Amino acid sequence: MNKSMDTSLNPIPGEGIKAGLIRLAEWLSAIMAWLLALIWIFPLLYAFWAAFHPGEFATRFDLNAPLTLEHFYSAWQQAPFMAYMFNTMVITGLILICQLALCTLAGYALARIEFRGRAIVFALILMQLMVVPEILIVENYQTLASLNAIDTYIGVGLPYLASAFGIFLLRQTFKTVPQELEDAARIEGCSELQIIRKVYVPLAKPTYLAFALVSVSYHWNNFLWPLVVTNTENSRPLTVGMAIFGAPESGVDWPVICAGTLISVGPLLVLFLLFQKQFVQSFMRAGIK
Amino acid sequence: MTSAALKPGLFRPNLVRQAQAWLLLLPALIFLLAFTHLPTVSTVWNSFFSTSAGTPVDFSTENYQFLLEDEVFCQVLDNSFWYAVVTVPASMALALAMALWVNSKLSGKAALRLAYFTPTILPMISVANIWLFFYSPEIGLFNQILEWFGSDGYNWLGDPDLSLPSLMVMTIWKEAGFFMIFYLAALQAISPELYQAAEIEGASRFRMLRRITLPLLMPTTLFVLVNAILNAFKLVDHLFILTKGGPNNASNLLLYYIYENAFSFFDTAYAAALTVVLLMILVVLALLQFGVLERRVHYR
Repeated sequence: MNKSMDTSLNPIPGEGIKAGLIRLAEWLSAIMAWLLALIWIFPLLYAFWAAFHPGEFATRFDLNAPLTLEHFYSAWQQAPFMAYMFNTMVITGLILICQLALCTLAGYALARIEFRGRAIVFALILMQLMVVPEILIVENYQTLASLNAIDTYIGVGLPYLASAFGIFLLRQTFKTVPQELEDAARIEGCSELQIIRKVYVPLAKPTYLAFALVSVSYHWNNFLWPLVVTNTENSRPLTVGMAIFGAPESGVDWPVICAGTLISVGPLLVLFLLFQKQFVQSFMRAGIK
Repeated sequence: MTSAALKPGLFRPNLVRQAQAWLLLLPALIFLLAFTHLPTVSTVWNSFFSTSAGTPVDFSTENYQFLLEDEVFCQVLDNSFWYAVVTVPASMALALAMALWVNSKLSGKAALRLAYFTPTILPMISVANIWLFFYSPEIGLFNQILEWFGSDGYNWLGDPDLSLPSLMVMTIWKEAGFFMIFYLAALQAISPELYQAAEIEGASRFRMLRRITLPLLMPTTLFVLVNAILNAFKLVDHLFILTKGGPNNASNLLLYYIYENAFSFFDTAYAAALTVVLLMILVVLALLQFGVLERRVHYR
């Protein structure tokens, strides 16, 4: 008894070294964390640097370098960013609205109605999680060509209107809604659609926000499919526009490309910085089943 | 269940309820059938016909025979394999480290999280444009840094030995923050009591990480693994900006090769055969996820 008290008062000599080592490890870990963060944010910081300073400073760091907006001006002159931005917004919005509507209906049916073949239908829907539309560009292009929907907003959106991911998320959320709420609404004489709108949708708001943020950032950034189905400024989104703008053949110089890049990611970046917490939480919510 | 018996819906004929379910599902199912299931089937079907030389050939395995002889295809498959084998574990390991840091007691974790996550929300095309400058041969940033150390630098994207690794580096940078989110969610779901109990028993930090954190992260790791492999096969946007698959297909990936065949060489039948290969890879992945792995990993 006496001995054990002694050790607690005067720690054995090894303890001090051990504590020191632990502190050193923590220090190293913190340094690595910040170093990694610096590397991860660097390309974006660099884009800001190059875009806001005269061309000769693109490869030279100097705190006294003058600020300029000339690159933004020439980027704006050289590519129809307004049209691209408008197209991206329309396409992203169109896809989101349709997804929310279709996924709500399907998610409700799968969560709350027992019907024959439910398991098979659910499995068929989940297939889209693996076989994403990008992979089927060859066939989907031919489908859209036969619908005369090439180079239209509808064409860019069609393959994405029903989202297996959205259906899955909403089904999981709707399953947690207490049955009593639905029963009460039914007794009050609500129709099926009214029940969905008044009981289920309000209770699933966080899920809707999570899905909306994931969907918007996905379609704002989507490239391959829009590249395939768009031909002109009439429907070309920002990503495809940026690919043409940044191509070496177009002979645009670096600072201007950086300025164009910042213009194209600007709205999304502002949205992200404003709602950073919701963004991260939404992606997290979307990640856990 | 008395409340269920009271439910007016139950008094309705079951058939009406069934019809309702199908009506609610119909809009989503139409789009899924039209753009996922039917194209999958017709891809397989079309891969057995030839569109070359303009004369429709009868049902044949010509495309698949060509597949076996096509050296570019072999190289593309090899590239895709190594691309996945390198980028997936690397970005997952970094993601785990990031999540542990962001979830720890480090000061300024919000800033760390912001830095790690930002590449995820930027379009691949835009970041590829920035990285193109980093990699460019003469004025590029990497070569300028190497110049300080007296090196002549490399032609990162033009050298057949370096172009694919260069793509990998950028991919790891782009993807790690995204996977971090999943690990972060899983870490926050672990009960703090487990760590308290371990602390009472005098377990070291490292031991807690190995015996509590990592095992509890297993389901997340598998989820992320499958998604990471899927991403490695479906994300080829950066190729359009950085290498276009070159030089001489040294950095070409399967989906980009499909695109080239369909929209540059206009050989849709061969593109269909290539798509079938990609679909088969995905089927294997799906089986892995829903079959073997999900049954083996049960911690909840």
